Amino acid sequence: MSSSQSLLELLSPYPPGWGGVLLAGALSTVLISLGAYLVGIAIGLVGAVGKLKGNRPARFVLDLYTTAVRAIPELILIIGLYYAGTDGLNRILSALGLPAIEINGFVAAVAVLGIVQGAYMTEVFRGAILAIPVGQIEAAAAFGMRPRLRFRRIVLPALMPNALPGLANLWMSVTKDSALIAVVGYQELALATRIAAGNTKHYFLFFLASAALYLAITLISNVAFAALESRFRRGQPTTA
Amino acid sequence: MDFSWIFSYWPLLAAGAVQTVLLLVISVGFGFILAIGLALAQVIGPRWLKPFARGYCTCLRGTPLLIQLWLLYYGVGSLLPMIPGLRASFLWPILREGFFFAAVSFTLNYAAYEAEVLRGALLAVPKGELEAGRSFGMSPFTLLRRIWLPRAIRIALPTIAGEVVLQLKATPLAFTVTVMDLYAVAYKVRQDTLLVYEPLMVVTVFYVCLTLLITRAFKIVEAQVPVRR
Repeated sequence: MSSSQSLLELLSPYPPGWGGVLLAGALSTVLISLGAYLVGIAIGLVGAVGKLKGNRPARFVLDLYTTAVRAIPELILIIGLYYAGTDGLNRILSALGLPAIEINGFVAAVAVLGIVQGAYMTEVFRGAILAIPVGQIEAAAAFGMRPRLRFRRIVLPALMPNALPGLANLWMSVTKDSALIAVVGYQELALATRIAAGNTKHYFLFFLASAALYLAITLISNVAFAALESRFRRGQPTTA
Repeated sequence: MDFSWIFSYWPLLAAGAVQTVLLLVISVGFGFILAIGLALAQVIGPRWLKPFARGYCTCLRGTPLLIQLWLLYYGVGSLLPMIPGLRASFLWPILREGFFFAAVSFTLNYAAYEAEVLRGALLAVPKGELEAGRSFGMSPFTLLRRIWLPRAIRIALPTIAGEVVLQLKATPLAFTVTVMDLYAVAYKVRQDTLLVYEPLMVVTVFYVCLTLLITRAFKIVEAQVPVRR
């Protein structure tokens, strides 16, 4: 029994145990994912509108962006963007005669994952906008709404129910993709687990614990998205 | 941009490419077989088996592949030597390799995603076709082999193509458990030559080409059995 006792102590949230490190890691995983998700939504909305309404060069650039991001392995994208991004920014700064800055790992992680998410979001939003009945948008135009107002009042609320299943998928994938940030050395759940496991030599226990934390994040998000979807679909006819 | 290193590293690059393709083929091949079992367990399996199959899919789809890989490699890998006699057995040279753990965890993970796809496809096969098969006197197994499964796989084919590409993009994770796959080779080139972008670019081109190849191959397979729209 003493061994199971010590296993519980290893997971306790107070310093002799490593539970606190894992929970802090889980929190930073959620924060990175949330940040990247918001960045992705912003890029996705702009990208979708650009793909549908933009001129030819804009569409070409956006096509290149979504195709490239979706064809290149995430790990390579993350590592490439991480180094290229920090390196490129410092080169620009030195060209402008400014001192080089150390880029915060959190900001870099959010930016890199956000750029990856943005490509997928672009496609999700593009599909969702195309699924809106044209009559609704034409009606708004007939009432004299300007494009921006039309987008805010008609297109955005109408695309949400169409986009939500795709958005839910992307949230699940960003929480799991954020584990790849561990490879570039920012401490989130995956790296925290590896450190805890390496220090205590209880690899199996800690990886199982962090898998449970990820699973909990996924299951809670499932419930949240189901609630969100039923809210956005209120007033819509239900099938069957 | 300096690509002169390619001349001295091409054997390594080729070996890495072989490892990457091997990982993909093993995980998709075995994963697909496992997925058929998991999907059937969820659709027609006995009542007690369904929650297990569903739980398996939820757990493997709900946790990052990286964590699953590390759980197997570091976790199970640290427990394996405790099994008496295993280290002396002929299996040990395989069981201590990172490649083995990468292949196993990719297979298990791919099976979970593929099972969900197949489950939906099995349910999407029109009832009339199954009834027609039954009325011809086919046994349940023949029905499954001749009608249900082929039809379901045809329905799922476009999604399967996407899943295979996603699986290809997951293989670089194997580099974190000492597999010398294509990405690991790029990493080594970076360490040897201090070139950051060039090896990544070469490797990227390979992945993109492989992606195009996979999508093209699936297009050809799809064209074999055209679907009337």
